[in-house]
This record gives sequence, C-alpha cells and structure tokens, in this order.
Amino acid sequence: MSGNDVLLEVEDLKKHFKVNQGWIASLMESFGGGGPDYVHAVDGVSFELRQGETLGLAGESGCGKTTTGMSMVKLHEPTAGDIVYDDTRLSEASDAEIKRFRQNAQMIFQDPFESLNPRMTVYDTVAEPLRIHDIRNETARVQRALEFAELLPPEQYFNQYPHELSGGQRQRVAIARALVLDPDFIVADEPVSMLDVSLRAGVLSLLDRMTEEFGLSVVYISHDLSLLRHMCDRLAIMYMGKIVEKGPTDQVIENPQHPYTQALINAVPVPDPSVGRERVELQGEVGDIVDVPTGCRFKDRCPDYIGDVCDQVVPPLEAKTAFEQEVACHLYESAEGYDPYEELEGRPSAAAGDGAESTPADD
Amino acid sequence: MAQKEQSSQSIFTDLDDASTDAEVNKWQRTFRLWRETLREHWGMLTDELSVKLSMLTVAGFVVIAIFAPYIATHQPLVRQYQGDAGVLIDKWVEPSLLGADSEYLLGTTAAGYDIFSQLVYGTRAALMVGIIAAVFTAGIGTLVGLVAGYYGGKVDDALMRLVDFLYGMPLLPTVIVLVAVLGPNLWNIILALIVLQWRSTARVIRSQSLSLRERPFVKAAEVAGASDWHIISRHLAPNVLPMTFLYGSFGIAWAILAEAGVSFIGLGDPNTVSWGTMLQASRAYSALSFGAWWWFVPPGICIGLLVISGFLIGRGYEEITNPKLQ
Repeated sequence: MSGNDVLLEVEDLKKHFKVNQGWIASLMESFGGGGPDYVHAVDGVSFELRQGETLGLAGESGCGKTTTGMSMVKLHEPTAGDIVYDDTRLSEASDAEIKRFRQNAQMIFQDPFESLNPRMTVYDTVAEPLRIHDIRNETARVQRALEFAELLPPEQYFNQYPHELSGGQRQRVAIARALVLDPDFIVADEPVSMLDVSLRAGVLSLLDRMTEEFGLSVVYISHDLSLLRHMCDRLAIMYMGKIVEKGPTDQVIENPQHPYTQALINAVPVPDPSVGRERVELQGEVGDIVDVPTGCRFKDRCPDYIGDVCDQVVPPLEAKTAFEQEVACHLYESAEGYDPYEELEGRPSAAAGDGAESTPADD
Repeated sequence: MAQKEQSSQSIFTDLDDASTDAEVNKWQRTFRLWRETLREHWGMLTDELSVKLSMLTVAGFVVIAIFAPYIATHQPLVRQYQGDAGVLIDKWVEPSLLGADSEYLLGTTAAGYDIFSQLVYGTRAALMVGIIAAVFTAGIGTLVGLVAGYYGGKVDDALMRLVDFLYGMPLLPTVIVLVAVLGPNLWNIILALIVLQWRSTARVIRSQSLSLRERPFVKAAEVAGASDWHIISRHLAPNVLPMTFLYGSFGIAWAILAEAGVSFIGLGDPNTVSWGTMLQASRAYSALSFGAWWWFVPPGICIGLLVISGFLIGRGYEEITNPKLQ
C-alpha cells in the first residue's frame, strides 16, 4: 500500500435518467415547450479514491449510491462531470485507454444468483475477462483467482454451473472474476447483503484480505453502516444524489454532524437494551427526485431546519471549522469562509416574513 | 497484461505470462457450452409421454420422407391408367386395403394417381416446408429480437415498427397474394411463410433480451470490457435458446398448416405432391359426394398427426421454459 496517491477522482459527477413517457407525450412536450423530466439519480458528486484505500458509500435506497458505483466503472455514461483515472479523463480517453481502464476497474454485484450467467461454467465465467483482454496463461490465472477466493480445490469447480453452487460460493466466484484481471480498484455493490448471515463473515474476510494483501482500492456500497464501519477507511453519506457528509469512518460514525447522518446512525440498532440513545426519527418522505427541491434537499425532514437559508441556498460539501469531516449543511461555519447568507440576501425573494432563526444555530 | 506500476504486489506476480501452456481451446469450450445446453433440454423434453409419442410420430414421418422412393409403390405423378377422355371421374380404383382386387393400397384418384404413393411423397413436401420455414423464422426472429433488445433505442424502434407492420398482415391472405404474384412454387410458399412468421419470435426474444440485458451478469461482462457481439452471443443467445426452440417447434406446425391451406385453395405447386394438393384435387373431383373417402381422409389424418405432434412438442418445451405451466 503506497501512500495517499489518488487513483481515481470523481469530479462533480451527475447522472440523470430521462423519465420515459412514450413518444406522444414527448412530441406534445416538444411543441408545448419544456423539456422532458429527469430523475436526478446522482447530482453532483465529487470524491477521490486513493491507492489501497477502502471507501464506503452509504445512504438509503434510491439515494444514488449504486448509480455512482456503476458510473465509476463506466456502466453509465455520466450526464455531466467526469472521472479521472490515472491522469486520464474518461470522457476524453482513447479506445486503448478505455480498454486499460476496463482492465483495472471491476465490480462485484449484490445478487450472486443474478451476477453469474446460468449457462456458463465457473471456469468460463472467471476466464471470460481474460479472453476479452487476450491475456495468456488462462488456466493458471483462473486457478489462482479461485484459490484466492477460497474455492478449494479450484479444479473441482471448473466445470460446475452456478446452480450447483451455494450463494456464498457464487459470490466467491464473482469475486474471483473481479480479481482475475488484477484490477486497481473494485466497486463492491452490497457484496454480502444477499448472503446468509453465517456466510457473510467469510466473504467479508476475503474482501478484507483482498485489500490488505494486494493494495487494492475498494469502494463499498451499502446501507449497512456497521459493515461499512468494519470495512472502510473513509465514509461518504449520500442523500438524494448528493454527498452530505464525508470523512474518516470513525469520525463520521462516532461524531456525525449532518442531521441526516445523525438520523441514519441512530437507526442502527444496538444489541443492548440498556443503551439509551436519543432517537432522532425522521419525519416525512424522501423528496421528489424528479422535481428536485430548491436549497437543501433534506430540509423537509430535517429536525434542525433553520429557515430561508435551508430553503434557498444549496449547501456545498465543504470543510467546516469545528470538526474533521466535510459536511454539506448550513448549521456549521465554513472553514473556507463561505457564507450562504450572502447568497440569500442577494435574492430579492429573500425578504420573506418571519425572519426568525435566521442566524446559524450552533448545537 | 499491463503490470501495475504503483504496486508490485499481485496474486499473479509469479505467473509467467509468456507461457502458453494449457490454453483451453476457445471453440472447444463454446461448443461444449452449447452441447450441454442442448443435452439438458433434450433430457427435460423427453420426460413426458405425450412429447415422446409426438417425437416418435415426427421421427416416423421423417423416415417415410427420407425413404419415400422405396416405400411408395408407384410414381406419385404418373397416371396409372388412361381413360377414354383423358380425365376419368368415375373410374377410380378402390383400395386393396378394403378388400378390393387391385394393386393400389389406398386406391387411386379419379385422375388415376396412386393415393398411397402420393401420401408418402406428400410427407416430403410437408416436412420440407415445416422445417425450412421453422428454422428460418426462428433464426431470423431470434437474431432480430436479440439485436433489438440489446441495442434498444432507435434500432429497437425501427425493428419493432417493422414487426408491427408485419403483424398488420393476416397470414393466409398475404401468403395467397405473395404466391399468386411470385408463382405457385413450393419455395415461394416457404418464402412467404418465413416473411410473415418471424414476427412473433422476434417479439418474444426481444422482450427476453430486454430483461437479460439488465441482469448483473451482462453488466459484469460489460465492466470487463466485452464487445456487443460477445455479450449477444455468449450471454444473451444461450439464455434465449429455449424460447427459440419453442417458437421453432410451433413454427413447424403453423407452416405445415399454412402450406396445406394454400395448396387446398389451389395455389400449391402443381409439380410437387403435397397433402394440401391432394385435398384440393379430391375436392375438385367431388370425392366426398362420390363416397371416395379413402382419397381425402388419409392426407387429412397425416396433416393432423404431424401438426398435433408439432404442437405437443412445442407445448412440452413451453413447460420447460415456463415452469408456471406445470
């Protein structure tokens, strides 16, 4: 594991999906003005992945964490923003550079029952990436990858079909497939959420070994904070397509600052009835991801809502004065001297009535 | 393999990439994949009695078609006797099977053709139409469906509008018009059937590949850098194969029925014997009103048997592809 070299940089990544309405509706729209609707799955996400680092992406269902992960391995073409791998912008990369990227970026999927082709043997599945990239010494590599994934002896699995394997074994095959190209980083999308609890530990220790022994960078996508805490060096919390809090895992878990992160961490059950925690239960529903609200996206559910500034100014993800992690919230003072109220005053509509609590509450 | 510059560690560090030993032949493995799939389906298919009987029936017809010259007792298109006025309506010979004193197993037609021989040679026409039409409809339909489903977007729109257009054409009338324009020839009938019948296969295969395309194993191949063709041929095609077979076996039955229908109307190939043309001739000579049932019943039974067998095999296959039917 070598230092803090940045391996991959995600720059203001946006991925919007067009809402499918059929051609009559879109025809009427093109006459009646107004563009089609978009689902803002990922809406301006920036982070970097360092060499040998494990990064966790957490958040509730539909917050865009999987879309972010898929964009990182180029399964989606980003709507805006870019991904920089090894000083190459992927949007401007040549075919050869894309091929090299493909060789170094792999993904592990959530459902091991769906991620293996039912009509291909284990050998064919694991060897497929090697064939695509024309890499020699196929058999030895497949054997090594299966060995690493603790499918022993590997020869015994060569001619088996996925339906002959258990869920845990399938996920190990999927991991072997991801490893066989010797990638630089792997995106693991909920790698154990479909597995029996009894199998999780085994697969997790395998993933752990993968990062520790070979300096692989891994992005874990999960809603399971206790898993992420166990696996990750750094953690980013997402809400409605944006990162709301990002920092070292311990910092984020022990000392969450964004109201959403606090609620999320509060929701993790503690196996001890005597632990009395202050419960922060979120009210309301997740906002409309098609017609995105102005200002902070969390404002309608936020227990610490402080008025107009939340309504009208989008809080940037920035370093704050009071703690280590970066937070996107107006509650805290910016370390870089950014003042959201300047933007608020700049708008004529900001003269709205009550004016109460328009100073940053510091709690 | 481009060795990583940043970190020298790798599980593959000590592997010598220059060596080419123990490379498993790519084609061998592809071949094996297909063979295993086929064997698996064959095993499931032959589980059921009705399917087994149907297969025996079809196999029997295939044997008859192949050995037609040896089975037939006479030339099917050679008049066995000449009457006074050339065409003889009332001089047919009764079948020897019914005890008549003749050399014709199923008697002769009014025009003096041996019915049994015509029946035997008619098997050839029926199977040829059925199998060729089915192979092409299933093949074209699968290919179009895979391409439309995988690429989606404009390609999908264009291909599916073509399918919509074809759906707007009724089968039999269109075949009749096409054959009338192209000429009454067995190949033209086959062509007309193919043009109209791939539509349903294409629809179904498209919907299958639309859903397969979103499955994680396709995504995994994409992440590994697989080309479109690689994904279509290695990941989509083997998984839609059951559907292709299903539509193929239904296609055989439909094609035979349609050919019989077209021939019965009188647009059959005059130079080939088919069951449809036999029926047409029997109707033209009013065999029914003369009570010469041995003329039109045997071809009717043959058509029925072959079509039912085709449907039963298709049905058996459907139960494999759609377990809910069981």
